[in-house]
Amino acid sequence: MQSRPTLLVWLPALLLLTAAAFTLSLAVGSTPLSLHELWAALSGGGSDMSRTVVLELRLPRAINAFAVGGLLALAGTLMQVLLRNPLADPYILGVSGGAAVGALGAFLAGLTSLWVNGGAFAGALLSTLLVFALAHGRGGWTPTRLLLTGIAVAAGWGAVISLLLVLGSDASLHSMIFWLMGDFSYQTSGSLGLLMLALGLAACWPFARQLNVLARGESLAEALGIAVRPLSIAIYISASLFTAIAVTEAGAIGFVGLVVPHMFRMVAGGDHRRLLPGAVLLGGCLLLFADTLARSVAEPRQLPVGVVTAALGVPLFLYLLNRARGPL
Amino acid sequence: MSALLETRGLTVEIAGKSVCRGLDLALSAGECVGVLGGNGVGKTTLLHTLAGLRAPVSGQVLLDGTPLADLPRRRVAQRLGLLMQQPEDSLPATVLETALIGRHPHLDFWRWESHTDVAIARRALKHVGLDGLEQRVQTALSGGERRRLDIATVLVQDPQVFLLDEPAHQLDLHHQMALLGLLKNLALAQGRLVLMSLHDINLAARFCDRVLLLFGEGEALFDTTERALTPENLSRLYHTPVVALPWGPGRVFVAGDAGPGPIR
Repeated sequence: MQSRPTLLVWLPALLLLTAAAFTLSLAVGSTPLSLHELWAALSGGGSDMSRTVVLELRLPRAINAFAVGGLLALAGTLMQVLLRNPLADPYILGVSGGAAVGALGAFLAGLTSLWVNGGAFAGALLSTLLVFALAHGRGGWTPTRLLLTGIAVAAGWGAVISLLLVLGSDASLHSMIFWLMGDFSYQTSGSLGLLMLALGLAACWPFARQLNVLARGESLAEALGIAVRPLSIAIYISASLFTAIAVTEAGAIGFVGLVVPHMFRMVAGGDHRRLLPGAVLLGGCLLLFADTLARSVAEPRQLPVGVVTAALGVPLFLYLLNRARGPL
Repeated sequence: MSALLETRGLTVEIAGKSVCRGLDLALSAGECVGVLGGNGVGKTTLLHTLAGLRAPVSGQVLLDGTPLADLPRRRVAQRLGLLMQQPEDSLPATVLETALIGRHPHLDFWRWESHTDVAIARRALKHVGLDGLEQRVQTALSGGERRRLDIATVLVQDPQVFLLDEPAHQLDLHHQMALLGLLKNLALAQGRLVLMSLHDINLAARFCDRVLLLFGEGEALFDTTERALTPENLSRLYHTPVVALPWGPGRVFVAGDAGPGPIR
């Protein structure tokens, strides 16, 4: 087994990657800017046009993309511990399905984008509560029961989504499909997402050692003095909340939440004290790169960011998987 | 000597089936105690109840004279360690990281494992013969190596009371003897209490001071190994004839009727 990079290697590397992703995202687009022009615009100089492009168009969108990527990676990491299943992702318990039904319902009713966001958030929370209540059942709350309940509820949402797509007019169909594939063009300021990401990471990180223990098994965690049930409920609620915010901001972007935690684990190990911040940075960078490409490669057309995320993430993930020695 | 682990009128059931009824045990430091019984008789359930993971139907478990239910879980985990029968993890971690988990109850909320903790974990891995495999991923270990890793994790936890669910399971003869010797030494030299479920009567006969036999239907017998391990008791325990053969200073138990004969 290859030795793992230490904190002094991977953290600066990820921060550098983040800076590069932001620079690229701010400079690239229909009005390309040189580094010099970009610096001038950021520091309050330069032309009015470049200031508007950078500060009002590109920066909010970049922040939003980074925040959503970070939130999805954080939620994915938490779900994988909660369910003790490496295949878990933020959407596995039906949060995105509920959000999609809420959002598509708003599109169908011809409501504005504010309502779409509201509908998505309400749908995500509804789905979270529904799965939580149903999974409790009579026999108590096990990861398998939670997983199966989530999958069943998600399948139910899937059917409703198909129904809404069939009922939708041709005019609304395009926006609906874009929403489902994930899209940052419904501009929000991004600062809410970033704030939630910072708060979420700050709230979860102190419990990272407990997550390490919980990842080794429920009974073992209990025997080592952890209050497993309150911790599990807290993980479930926070992961669902992060997912709900991400889905509300950008639609259902697949792959990031599942794969980013694994990428980090393969490179720097599974200790959650490193994994939580590492996955947040990596997820944010991946989505920021993907969004920059999505809005620039086929100009003036914008590609759905989910497509580009997969185009970037799938080969990268398969490469890392192939390189990793021994079983995962 | 006051009891380290005690049960008073302990009644344990699983799925409506009685494991023990009104059990009174008083186990002291320095003892090695075996729990024997057939499959599904409730050995694991009893151990989990003694560890405080399950509530008994009635009666109580006392650790250092205090009812378990009144102690914070973290405090219990500092004094009492439990070896599970099966590992439950599927997310990858290195052998060293897995063993270090045992330090959790001893570390304050904000503390990271220190060099001392790492040294404790390395020593435990050496005790079970896993030194050199520290950086291996735990899911890549063989069954017996995995078993020894879980044992190392309990050693790293460094409790006063060891509750071990089939510690010898999956171990080869060499490692069975090394492990039981190690546990015996923990009891004798360091005054720990070791309570373990075993399937091998001869290991129990050789290493345990006292044994608890669980016959099912809530019937239990607790006595010194010498008095409890008789062919009659064991035949009843396993629903199959067991005989004792003289061997060296002691005896060995084998399944069968009237001594060795050709297998037909």
